[in-house]
Amino acid sequence: MKNKITSLEGLEEIKEKGLKKLLPDIPRISVGLATCGIAAGGKEIYEELKKQIEEKNLSIFLTKTGCFGICNEEPLINVRLPGKPIVIFSKLKKEDVPKILDYALTGKLPEDNKNVLCKIEEWDHITTETPILYGRDYKNIPPWNEIPFFKPQKKLVMRNAGITNPEDIEEYIATGGYKALFKALKEMSPDEIIEEVKKSGLRGRGGAGFPTGLKWEFAKKEKSDVKYVICNADEGDPGAYMNRNEMESDPHMIIEGMIIGAYAIGASEGYIYIRAEYPLAIERLERAIEQAREYGILGKNILGTNFSFDIYIARGAGAFVCGEETALIASMEGNAGRPRVRPPFPAQKGLWGKPTNINNVETWCNISPIILRGGDWFSRIGAEKNTGTKVFSLVGKVKRTGLVEVPLGTPIREIVYTAGGGAATGKKVKAVQTGGPSGGCIPENLFNLPVDYDHLASAGSIMGSGGMVVMDEDTCMVDTAKYFLEFAVDESCGKCTPGREGTYQMRNMLKKITEGKGTEEDLNKLEKLAKFVKLTALCGLGQTAPNPVITTIRYFKDEYVAHIEDKRCPAKVCKALINYYIDPDLCRGCTICARNCPVEAIDGRPGYVHIIDQEKCIKCGTCMEVCTFNAVIKLSGEKIETPFKPIPVHREGR
Amino acid sequence: MEKYKILELAKKYKTKSGKLIGVLEDIQKEERYLSEETMRNVAEVLGVSPSKVYEVATFYSLFNLKPVGKHIVTVCMGTACHVKGAPRVLEMLEDLLGVKPGETTEDGKFLLTTKDGEFTVNTARCFGACSMAPVIMVDGKIYGYVNSEKLPKILKEYGWGDKK
Repeated sequence: MKNKITSLEGLEEIKEKGLKKLLPDIPRISVGLATCGIAAGGKEIYEELKKQIEEKNLSIFLTKTGCFGICNEEPLINVRLPGKPIVIFSKLKKEDVPKILDYALTGKLPEDNKNVLCKIEEWDHITTETPILYGRDYKNIPPWNEIPFFKPQKKLVMRNAGITNPEDIEEYIATGGYKALFKALKEMSPDEIIEEVKKSGLRGRGGAGFPTGLKWEFAKKEKSDVKYVICNADEGDPGAYMNRNEMESDPHMIIEGMIIGAYAIGASEGYIYIRAEYPLAIERLERAIEQAREYGILGKNILGTNFSFDIYIARGAGAFVCGEETALIASMEGNAGRPRVRPPFPAQKGLWGKPTNINNVETWCNISPIILRGGDWFSRIGAEKNTGTKVFSLVGKVKRTGLVEVPLGTPIREIVYTAGGGAATGKKVKAVQTGGPSGGCIPENLFNLPVDYDHLASAGSIMGSGGMVVMDEDTCMVDTAKYFLEFAVDESCGKCTPGREGTYQMRNMLKKITEGKGTEEDLNKLEKLAKFVKLTALCGLGQTAPNPVITTIRYFKDEYVAHIEDKRCPAKVCKALINYYIDPDLCRGCTICARNCPVEAIDGRPGYVHIIDQEKCIKCGTCMEVCTFNAVIKLSGEKIETPFKPIPVHREGR
Repeated sequence: MEKYKILELAKKYKTKSGKLIGVLEDIQKEERYLSEETMRNVAEVLGVSPSKVYEVATFYSLFNLKPVGKHIVTVCMGTACHVKGAPRVLEMLEDLLGVKPGETTEDGKFLLTTKDGEFTVNTARCFGACSMAPVIMVDGKIYGYVNSEKLPKILKEYGWGDKK
């Protein structure tokens, strides 16, 4: 085959080709087309750009890119004129296409400037020897890292995301891609690689934080005719989507990491186990694998060496428990995904009984930089025993949502306030939930806590895969605990009793409390049971399922007490404990609430104060949503005086 | 699905790892659900027992064992969506489409289909589009920042309300 790379010269040749695409001598427009970008309308913009460029036969290089991480500004478009910085436009609509084309053709920035987010003059792709200079200009546009959202960030894993085209291996190679693989296969022994990874201090990014180098060493030591490496892309934590972005925005970095890992432990076959909910990530990975085979990077005699290895995709089918490695293996073998007792660990007996090394997507993403720039270099990033960066998905009730990559050890405060800009609604931030259903809720007064494996664990939570859900005053912590336990009950595989029955009983107690029927004894039992399940469940998921309960009781006991003793939900979320009223002073008698009430619980007529029948009300909140005078109020544990029957509305002056 | 077709689909899988679930997903993509006959055929083609196929099909939430409506509306129940009002979105959806909660199928999966067979409502754990919470997906297309105003408009794109 013509394209197969076998020498450094061959790799350099492709690199030059790729650089011509990244830094072309005509304008380059790249549209952010990861899942969020597409959902925000990026695809329509891309199609429109394509249409107009073709119709007018314009000399513009139109391409795709992944996600730059600042999701609430989507859709994003990068435009780079030859010799100029990349200008990132945000919150675009189809109608803005002429504006973008105009800039690309004339170099004149749109006058209103409202869609100009920032510029990138030079970019450290990490795997290049020096940062790539895209161009310097435009004093009035802020550089990307001066935007508050990016200020605390260091982009190591997301080194190419939102800049290069994830569907083009040549652009990956242009930014130093597969150079680490070249170095590893041609210049390093498996032991040297493992040594380098150990030196880096890299810990598993899936959540538990086991040292990666050590894990590889275990798998390498095993003697076997067949060994496997697996990329765990079953990103199941609700509220976490960094792996999706990593796969959609830069799939080759995962493939490169896996090949290096396979060479180090002596594996000949690799799998990416990916959840079916991520169709675009699957598509991009499949394409990347095809390309890698075409260029001699996967398959027989990789890069002309004696090493042969290939990667296949295995899809999940909607079972959270399959993120646990023994369940994942069961699933790949065509079984229901139920965990088993360890030992033996997958490094000894994994897929089909053979030694298997499983790492999370983001762990694999870190391998090439470590090989290329050295374990020492990596170990200087982040905090002690918590080296490197971590990507967090900052979501929930926060002003700026998106993917935030920070050195480990960065305080929560910087992530939530500096990057996230605090609460979206101007309300007070109450807590941040990390680690998904296995994690916990950390209260605002602990936001100086550095985010790393050990500090999060000391606060009763876990790092998990990196979800960070911000909660404000309107979030009920008992309801949150119930939500996670409902999740645990639904997703329990049913194998061990604590995981199956323990979570179920905890859920029932929480349900009782949210319904205002809880007693002090329930709370004590709940605490006791939570500790019991933690100690006795079979797998990591069962053992961590009580964490949301334990942390919410630890930090928000007052909310539990309010539900139990005062029959009050302070956040006004739990339906059984709230009531809707119409403020007679504010009601204008417009009838919109009565017309929209699904159970006809509102009495009134035009010009008359409306009244909610508390017996009939199902507390759906429709009246509050439709009222244009903010006359509908929600209360818990208190009530206001309302008339018994509709009376004429108060006119001016009240 | 006929056996020869299943055999074709199975050929795509170069190794046995991930084959069974993969084939079932491929079938569901075409036929939208897994009938008993299909599951028996899969067992025969792949050389596993019918009970194994049934176990897998019932264990994983992705598989439908009953026919589904023309359009599938999936409400994301992830954490970000939950705190931003996903339960309310589900309620509104049930209300608009006239499907009652609790109408889950025997295998315990959450699946509500309208009487005219136009829409099926179900839930998912997380699409990973959390930045736009609350999120729903209709036939694979993701809609973010869903609220009471947007929801009927989205459904109308799929012909909701046309017949009334």
